[in-house]
Amino acid sequence: MNTMTKITSRADAWEGFVGNDWKTSVDVRGFIQANFTPYAGNSAFLQGPTQRTTALWAKLEVLLKQEQAKGVLDVSADRPSTITAHDAGYIDRDSEIIVGLQTDAPLKRAIMPNGGVRMVEGGLKAYGFRLDPTVAEIWSKYRKDHNSGVFDVYSPEIAKARKSAILTGLPDAYGRGRIIGDYRRVALYGVDALRKFKKAEFHELDSAEFTESIIRLREEVSEQYRALDELKQMAAKYGFDIGRPAANAQEAVQWTYFGYLAAIKEQNGAAMSIGRISTFLDIYMERDMAAGLIDEAQAQEMMDDLVIKLRIVRFLRTPEYDQLFSGDPTWVTESIGGVGDDGRPLVTKNSFRILHTLNNLGPAPEPNLTVLWSEKLPQGFKDFCAKTSIETCSLQYENDDLMRPHWGDDYGIACCVSAMRIGKQMQFFGARANLAKAMLYAINGGRDEISGEQVGPTFEPIVGEVLDYDEVVARFLPMMEWLSGVYMKALNTIHFMHDKYAYERIEMALHDRDILRTMACGIAGLSVVADSLSAMRHAKVHVVRDERGLASDFRIEGDYPSYGNNDDRVDSIATWLVETFMGYLRRERTYRDAVPTMSVLTITSNVVYGKKTGNTPDGRKAGQPFAPGANPMHGRDHKGALASMASVCKLPYGCSQDGISYTFTIVPSALGPTEKERVGNLATMLDGYFASNGHHVNVNVFDRETLMHAMDHPELYPQLTIRVSGYAVNFVKLTREQQLDVISRTFHVSH
Amino acid sequence: MSPTNQTLHGSAATSSGVVAAKATLEGWVHSTETFGTADGPGIRYVLFLSGCPMRCLYCHNPDTWHRQDGTLTPVEDVLADIAGYRGFIRSQGGVTLSGGEPLVQPKFCKAILRGCKAMGLHTALDTSGYLGSLADAELLADVDLVLLDIKAATGRTYRKLTGAELKPTIQFAEDLASLNKAVWLRYVLVPGLTDKLDDIRSLARFAAQLGNVERVDVLPFHKLGEHKWRDRGQDYRLERVQPPSEALIEQTREIFRAAGLLAH
Repeated sequence: MNTMTKITSRADAWEGFVGNDWKTSVDVRGFIQANFTPYAGNSAFLQGPTQRTTALWAKLEVLLKQEQAKGVLDVSADRPSTITAHDAGYIDRDSEIIVGLQTDAPLKRAIMPNGGVRMVEGGLKAYGFRLDPTVAEIWSKYRKDHNSGVFDVYSPEIAKARKSAILTGLPDAYGRGRIIGDYRRVALYGVDALRKFKKAEFHELDSAEFTESIIRLREEVSEQYRALDELKQMAAKYGFDIGRPAANAQEAVQWTYFGYLAAIKEQNGAAMSIGRISTFLDIYMERDMAAGLIDEAQAQEMMDDLVIKLRIVRFLRTPEYDQLFSGDPTWVTESIGGVGDDGRPLVTKNSFRILHTLNNLGPAPEPNLTVLWSEKLPQGFKDFCAKTSIETCSLQYENDDLMRPHWGDDYGIACCVSAMRIGKQMQFFGARANLAKAMLYAINGGRDEISGEQVGPTFEPIVGEVLDYDEVVARFLPMMEWLSGVYMKALNTIHFMHDKYAYERIEMALHDRDILRTMACGIAGLSVVADSLSAMRHAKVHVVRDERGLASDFRIEGDYPSYGNNDDRVDSIATWLVETFMGYLRRERTYRDAVPTMSVLTITSNVVYGKKTGNTPDGRKAGQPFAPGANPMHGRDHKGALASMASVCKLPYGCSQDGISYTFTIVPSALGPTEKERVGNLATMLDGYFASNGHHVNVNVFDRETLMHAMDHPELYPQLTIRVSGYAVNFVKLTREQQLDVISRTFHVSH
Repeated sequence: MSPTNQTLHGSAATSSGVVAAKATLEGWVHSTETFGTADGPGIRYVLFLSGCPMRCLYCHNPDTWHRQDGTLTPVEDVLADIAGYRGFIRSQGGVTLSGGEPLVQPKFCKAILRGCKAMGLHTALDTSGYLGSLADAELLADVDLVLLDIKAATGRTYRKLTGAELKPTIQFAEDLASLNKAVWLRYVLVPGLTDKLDDIRSLARFAAQLGNVERVDVLPFHKLGEHKWRDRGQDYRLERVQPPSEALIEQTREIFRAAGLLAH
């Protein structure tokens, strides 16, 4: 059936592996540390794609083109997806090395009504499909979904905050995602052993007092081992017995992928990240190579094949959803590199291989390849990353030296920037609160500047003709406090209901029983607020009020220091904002005692936030996009990229532990005159940025002309990948408005 | 507008005889580019100083011609700002003084260069060389690399292009050669103006015999600064000139290469 049967499976799957602790309890990290082979060389060993790989990818490209034309290629609308709902599916059965599809055919999307049947209906309708009447009946008459549960609980205040978009993107109608199962456990231990571990964890609680939380946990663990059984059945449909541990490299890749596949068959999460698998898989590859079972080309082929699968992960979503999140993202984030607690870089040959898929298959936004950067990474790897960034624009970087002290050396990134210990931690995804709007509410006494409705608490509006910094801050503080309260109420509701109606059984089965939960809040409009307050303090901001008495426009007299120029007069305001809002969030009670965290991360939703926010005192016009993430506002950073970065680096990670996202856009010529210099300069820049405590950076290297051309001729640029805050997207999948926004963003062209 | 007229203020300037608190040296700074990659090796902190005696036809920074186009800035502030980027520019990059013409403010340059060397940073001076006589031995001792914008091969073309004489620049080039100071020669290629191949050949011979020219940057003429002329209500006389073709750029580079120079 496939080439794997040619490789003799070992009688002892763990033959040759050293260490014992990881054998008696689930400890993938311990296994990696005891067995991985660091690689400090360069990329010269890498192999190009085999004919098989190229042919398989070409076959898929035909389908991808059809999908691009239709929006959605096909939907399996007749049945709600479960781990075992579909028969085995293939792209090309005879040539695939790693198998498994979400449904029975490539790019055929599944429906997952547990998150919200309305979202499913909307998605189907938008692309010309119909929900099977039986399914519709079940979810309207007999089975409740997460979305309905949430709206049974929401207060009028939450509903208003949501409608006015001071809170936006809340996962109350769709799967929350951002949970990473430790899919490596499937390969290392096999499902049978994992099931036994779970059973033991369950019975440990037999004599505990049956409080609500213990009852919930016991039910969850029962669901978990049921899901493990289904995972095993799913693999059996493809002809594999994954009850036992993987015995060679191909099985290790396959088993790991099966774990992930089960998750994406059952959950339509906003982000479905895969974790940190490449160095883990390298251990199996090294062992097979030492035994003469595989060569470099075969190792690369396995990774290429795996990545092909990860590139066609699809979910059925509505066009509105895609507009908010841009493109059709799945955030299959894989974290690469980093350094161990003992100082050894976790870079292996397979860290190179997964990056090399971008050369072998061409650039692509998914999987979301994320390099965990450390000063200590080997230079050969740093240079290869920089080179790959310049050539494919498909990488993002995060600061391992900053995160390791918080999360250890076996964390992965969920979605764009959220770090979590793999298998030991999860987050309750919380979208974000619009602080620019909150500032306008402070000025307008809690009334929305667009609808005129009273959304926030009724304060005395500011009536002066010129905005006074202290007066505005004095009202902004209680407004932020109010907002943090409404926000947390909404999030507690959402995650209570998600656990109840759309629990991530298989993902959580690949976690320890007792885990750390974070409540991952977020903010939007950081640079708008910082610049607005700076304008009030350092220039004169005149208020223009409309017939409703609302401050609807602002006239600035004089100059003010703007965020993004390494100027403490305004950067300190941005820092204050992060610390202050986080301070309010920390005071709130959270569902399941989750630890509140915060991100400064707007994906391309900065466009939507901008659309729903009126004129702001920094001079930004109503409807204009916010800057993405922690970026300065477009065109206001005039001292070059490093000054811009320096401002971002001042934001305290301790108060924004869910991530601080920065997007760096540059044309190739501005990186240096020759390729060698470009690579050197980019690697040096990354070293400098992370040494200055920068948390995250997207690196976009492209020409303005290229993008302009791509807007008019999308068919010529199916693979043009650009990084937007936190992740990469196909440029041609963005709306025209988003495309223009990307283009208008600062290009750091040298003087 | 004498080029040596530095602004010196602080208590020392007013108190007579008493050696008082440290004087603050200030200079006119137009702007900074913290991620410069085109003006010297590696990542450069490029400080654009305002004030320039030349009026080159193709100038893309006419907004730096007058010193008052910039902001009077204490040298300590400049150095403190540079210090913040040490992590980025320590290993391969450095600091480049550009403009305008930095040598309009030699004392200010000297103080910045001294401060940079004290931080262990690589320094480059981006100059036309026209005011080279103001760069004394002490100043040059703190310069690792001179980016010498030679502009033209003959006095006639130079006058036409800049309104000034070429001779001081040639003299400065020879002075630098006698000090064996590293030089990157820069040559802006303007069709119809600086594209006479014979002139380029003689320039290449001159550059090669100096012995200290590490590389030649052939910079294709561009019109990105055109709007700045219009903003200032001035005629941009190269409006109709098009950027040189790739072939001409390469041909020009080849001439320098044929003379034994490294040319980009």
